[in-house]
Amino acid sequence: MITKVLATLAVVITGAILLYGTADFPAFGDPNSPASAGVEGGAPSISQYYITKSYDDTKVPNLVTSVLADYRGYDTMFETVVVFAAGMAIFAILRVFREDDDGVPNATHSNGNSFTDGDHSRIIVGTTVRIVVPVIQLFSLYVVAHGHHSPGGGFQGGVILGASFIILALATDLETALSRFSEKSYFALAAIGILIYAGFGVLCQVLGSDFLDYGVLQKIFLTDGPEMARSHSMLGVEVGVAFTVTGIMFAIYANLSSRGTLKSGL
Amino acid sequence: MIFALDIVILIFLIVAALIALNVKDLLSASMIFGIYGFLICLLWAEMGAVDVAFTEAAVGAGISAVLFIATVYNTRRRSSD
Amino acid sequence: MAEFFQTTVHDHFNYWVYVILMMIGLWAVIAKNNFIKKLMGLSIFQTAIILFYVSIGVKVGASIPILHHHEPAEYSAAHEMSHHEDAEAIPEKAEHQSDETHEAHEAHDEEHAHDEHHAGHHEVNADLIANPLPHVLMLTAIVVGVATLGVALALSQRIFKEFGTLEESELLEKLKGGNVDG
Repeated sequence: MITKVLATLAVVITGAILLYGTADFPAFGDPNSPASAGVEGGAPSISQYYITKSYDDTKVPNLVTSVLADYRGYDTMFETVVVFAAGMAIFAILRVFREDDDGVPNATHSNGNSFTDGDHSRIIVGTTVRIVVPVIQLFSLYVVAHGHHSPGGGFQGGVILGASFIILALATDLETALSRFSEKSYFALAAIGILIYAGFGVLCQVLGSDFLDYGVLQKIFLTDGPEMARSHSMLGVEVGVAFTVTGIMFAIYANLSSRGTLKSGL
Repeated sequence: MIFALDIVILIFLIVAALIALNVKDLLSASMIFGIYGFLICLLWAEMGAVDVAFTEAAVGAGISAVLFIATVYNTRRRSSD
Repeated sequence: MAEFFQTTVHDHFNYWVYVILMMIGLWAVIAKNNFIKKLMGLSIFQTAIILFYVSIGVKVGASIPILHHHEPAEYSAAHEMSHHEDAEAIPEKAEHQSDETHEAHEAHDEEHAHDEHHAGHHEVNADLIANPLPHVLMLTAIVVGVATLGVALALSQRIFKEFGTLEESELLEKLKGGNVDG
């Protein structure tokens, strides 16, 4: 009880200070706020450069994709590495290999069978999922490939592709999903994704430019100028991101749902 | 950006967050957390952040709710508060 | 009252809600007894921060950060037209801004046009496109957030396996009693 009172006190004080701070913020939606236009008398905000020049630099209409994969490519690469590291951490924490260790805790746990369903409901769900999963996977590939012109890209497409395998595992059982996308292949896919991303960076260095400076790749893609080379490289990098995110999302689900045994999930 | 829609979604958001945190059944809490994720996805779309909305629709409303449910299934369903 | 509504609620409503959501999340992380509830609080805290960032990037009357894409020759012509229409629509929507910000806005436009005069064959008015930078930062943060949420849930499953409970008070009791046989 005393914890709750102290917590409320701490939270109310923090919130009051933050609310007091919001009074000095620029008005919501103001185009001249420092984040959008830069401070008065100083240089204009970097977002102005992204909005006005990024199409000339990269020929990619979706500004978010061009900033994500080109201007801030180094950042995105290590965000992908963080996702990969999270997958590895879950493997290290949960995965069990011993046959007798089924992950059931020592103490009695009141899990119950409250939401394990019978065989009848699985017919409808299973049939629907069998029809829907290929469509979802095709859509996820479209999201990755069309990320230059519409909302989408490697992260979204990868999450949707991973989710399609999760739906398969939910509707049938984990073994069925794992027979299509095994533990070895999802971790290999995740590692290959990062290798693709880093490979683009190293390739730029080999051709005599900076790490992840895609313009120089026009010698390989045989494009007219560095702009289209940047556009094509962004697609390659997004594919790498999608590989990693797909593998790790399914790895997280598979380990969490089966207590690390990868047998008989939800 | 539509101001009226903005306010309505933000109020729903606070309500959904409070309900998700105060339900004692953790499975229900996970489902309501999925609703929270979907509301916040609507909010991003309404504020013009379409890429963030897309990601949130896949991650917040889909994957994270499933991960919570997987954990609740493998641990205990009742919560003391 | 109307003025108060204009300056405080209308102009800062999103920032207020971000603070409220952050308070809810922080309270849950500190005061809730169950680890799953704590993790939900942490996720709500995270979305509050994302709400703050995305709110910064919003511009009144601006479009989503995807440009029109036509062939380069058509591009400039088509865009020029839409640009003028939008530019006329803007002052109506942004009426509540004070006159001086409006002047600064125009001065800014002028120097911007000067910048771009020698840059390219088509120009984009930066005030008509939402700020893409917060979107990029938060897009990666969401995906990394769900990956780290997975790690946290894995840790709580591991704790449940060792101690048979996810309640903080019971866990502390067991640790205090030396009942550790993991």
